[in-house]
Amino acid sequence: MKFRRDVFQAISDPTRRAILVLVAAQSMTAGAIAANFNTARPTVSRHLQILTECELLDQEQKGREVYYHFNPQKMKEVADFIEPFVKLWDDRFNKLEAAAKKYKNK
Amino acid sequence: MELKTKVHADNSKQDILITREFDLPLELLFRAYTDPEIVEHWMSTKVLKLDNRPHGGYQFETSHDGQVMFRANGVYHEFVPNKKITRTFEMENTPFDAQLEFLKFEELTDETSKLTMHVVYRSAELRDEMLRMPFAAGLNMAHNRLEEFVRTLK
Repeated sequence: MKFRRDVFQAISDPTRRAILVLVAAQSMTAGAIAANFNTARPTVSRHLQILTECELLDQEQKGREVYYHFNPQKMKEVADFIEPFVKLWDDRFNKLEAAAKKYKNK
Repeated sequence: MELKTKVHADNSKQDILITREFDLPLELLFRAYTDPEIVEHWMSTKVLKLDNRPHGGYQFETSHDGQVMFRANGVYHEFVPNKKITRTFEMENTPFDAQLEFLKFEELTDETSKLTMHVVYRSAELRDEMLRMPFAAGLNMAHNRLEEFVRTLK
């Protein structure tokens, strides 16, 4: 089985977040993406590889060029990660409400 | 169903904003934070100390089958009844640094109120780790259930 990378690790890096912002605006080749950074080309390639492995980016071959597309669906999964945290607090506050109501006339 | 609790967390920032409207008069909402008996009910914890005044401290302890599972403590910096609590919060015996909490209590109507909780963490990384904890716990639970299920197949 292919090793799946942690999406959260992928977006924890500022360069990778910057790449995502760029590619979200328009699909680009690796060269065009690298041109936006002072970082060495192999470093950018490595970032692209990580983002592709965790499916935040998709690759598409167009003639001789490979274009990178942003995968909004995967990003939505990332956005949803705080939902269990919200649910935890909502449960907690529901309990607070129920418990406090018993003390209404005390 | 939409949850009554809202959490706002901006990317790469080290704080979060939790808001919630309660079907409780303001005084009762504030009591839920200051009356040890009510705190014990909703936090499902034992209140070891709850000194409701500026520079006063608090400490909670949660046990399961006689074993202490969780202990947390903090100190009040500001304590304005029915309005505001500024306090620190720290989980004992964990690698997590203390966090700073600003709690604002507001009256909406005679019977309803609103709580705004602004939590500041030491770093954005720590904040994300804390946000992810219930998510990770959920994943672990799902994983454990899967493991148990796989064992029954053996």
